[in-house]
Amino acid sequence: MSMRHKTSAGSRAQGATGGLQALAAPVTLIVLIGVWQLVCSAGLIPAFLLPSPVAVVKALVSDWQLLAGHAATSLIESLAGLALGIVLGFTASVLMDRFETLYRAFYPLVVLTQTIPTVAIAPLLVLWFGYGMLPKVVLIVISTFFPITVGLLDGFRSVDPDAIDLMRSMGATRLQIMRHAKLPAALPHFFSGLKISAAYAIVGAVIAEWLGGFSGLGVYMTRVRKAYSFDKMFAVILLISVMSLVLMWLVGLVRRIAMPWERAERRARR
Amino acid sequence: MARLEVENVSVAFDGLKVLDDVSLVVDSGAAACLLGPSGCGKTTLFHVVAGLSLPDTGRVMLDDADITGHPGKLAYMLQKDLLLPEKTIVDNVSLPLILRGVPRREARAKALEYFDTFGLAGTADRWPAELSGGMRQRAALLRSYLFSQKFMLLDEPFSALDAFTKADMHTWFLDVAERFGTTALMVTHDIDEALEIADVIYVMRGAPQAGEPTRIVGAEHIVCPRGERSGYTLTEEFLEHKRRVLDLLGRG
Repeated sequence: MSMRHKTSAGSRAQGATGGLQALAAPVTLIVLIGVWQLVCSAGLIPAFLLPSPVAVVKALVSDWQLLAGHAATSLIESLAGLALGIVLGFTASVLMDRFETLYRAFYPLVVLTQTIPTVAIAPLLVLWFGYGMLPKVVLIVISTFFPITVGLLDGFRSVDPDAIDLMRSMGATRLQIMRHAKLPAALPHFFSGLKISAAYAIVGAVIAEWLGGFSGLGVYMTRVRKAYSFDKMFAVILLISVMSLVLMWLVGLVRRIAMPWERAERRARR
Repeated sequence: MARLEVENVSVAFDGLKVLDDVSLVVDSGAAACLLGPSGCGKTTLFHVVAGLSLPDTGRVMLDDADITGHPGKLAYMLQKDLLLPEKTIVDNVSLPLILRGVPRREARAKALEYFDTFGLAGTADRWPAELSGGMRQRAALLRSYLFSQKFMLLDEPFSALDAFTKADMHTWFLDVAERFGTTALMVTHDIDEALEIADVIYVMRGAPQAGEPTRIVGAEHIVCPRGERSGYTLTEEFLEHKRRVLDLLGRG
């Protein structure tokens, strides 16, 4: 009896610790914003150097319509780049998995795409493809291609070779092995790559827009920077962060729906 | 039911001879065990029998057909259950039917017919991670069975289980094999297990890594019918068989 009592007290204590841990991040954020507001309200830092959180929110609200239009452009570029990155990454990884020679020939090039500094290549892309959406989409494709391709390749190769032998012993074709064993096994790797790509995508679009364009959050950012409207600058930074977070959260949501077995595995590990 | 005949199979890897002139027969409806020390080439022989690799010489006959190098003819089950973690139990079990082109709904219905017999009632829509080791092996065995009722190759299927589960699985396996008249060839390095399950035990000896290729050094036929082996391990007859098998292994 006393054991049971102890156990339930222990789990209560554990639950309370878990609750505290869940609150740690939002509390820290609120405290930091509070300190920031206090510093600005007390006039310790001049408003033209660091606008207060209240001023940033005001700027966000007052410029909302304009910001929404620019955000839509950046979002369309990001989603187009992500979609194209997924299609290309998927095709490349399937081909490289199927043909060892292709893997040996192209894997170093895939790694190379990751080492290209986005800021350095963006002006070239603008030069080659103009001020429209194309250079932005291309830049996002370049930065998302690597995590998706490498994630899928690692996933395909993570399947137990005995499982592949077993399927072969059942007379499975290459396509069937891909469909039933390799693709599902690659999903966790794919979604991890996609989450990183989602974060890259919005930032990639903004960087490309800095260097030339007619619309997008990067274009807006350049304009308000030139006008020294730092409150609007912070407002757009906030918006970019929120958009990236929402995109990453969406990837997580799709992952949970696409991989229902993950929850069972987590429960089994506990 | 089916009769398997392995005729004079020899296999070498990079000049290292692993199997030397291995021949054995498993009669229709019988259960045979391959017994030998670890690393002697039992799994290599199984790969050849399953058609996953080609021997340097010899052939594998199923009934009157030469199946050497042709996978997809015999059900194959390994020590690891190899259930795909991303599929529910019923989808895992019905996989061989789906691979054969049976529509998913039909394949699931066919698999579900056997869930009670294989002790899997209530697990159809669960994930492999949610099942115990014994249950997972049952599911793997049903998957093998659905692939081929005729012949099953079992590569140490129960060796990863604890002693109690293993004993339960032996009883249950004997019952299922009897009921469906399945012919089976099983690899094990557990003499007691072989004596509990098999009609005939083929003893393999050799150490390929030390330059001594593996051969079949003898066969021990168990007289006691498989259905009458409860408490068999305590009999004088069991010990007599065990003594002879140990002699063949060179450990008597």
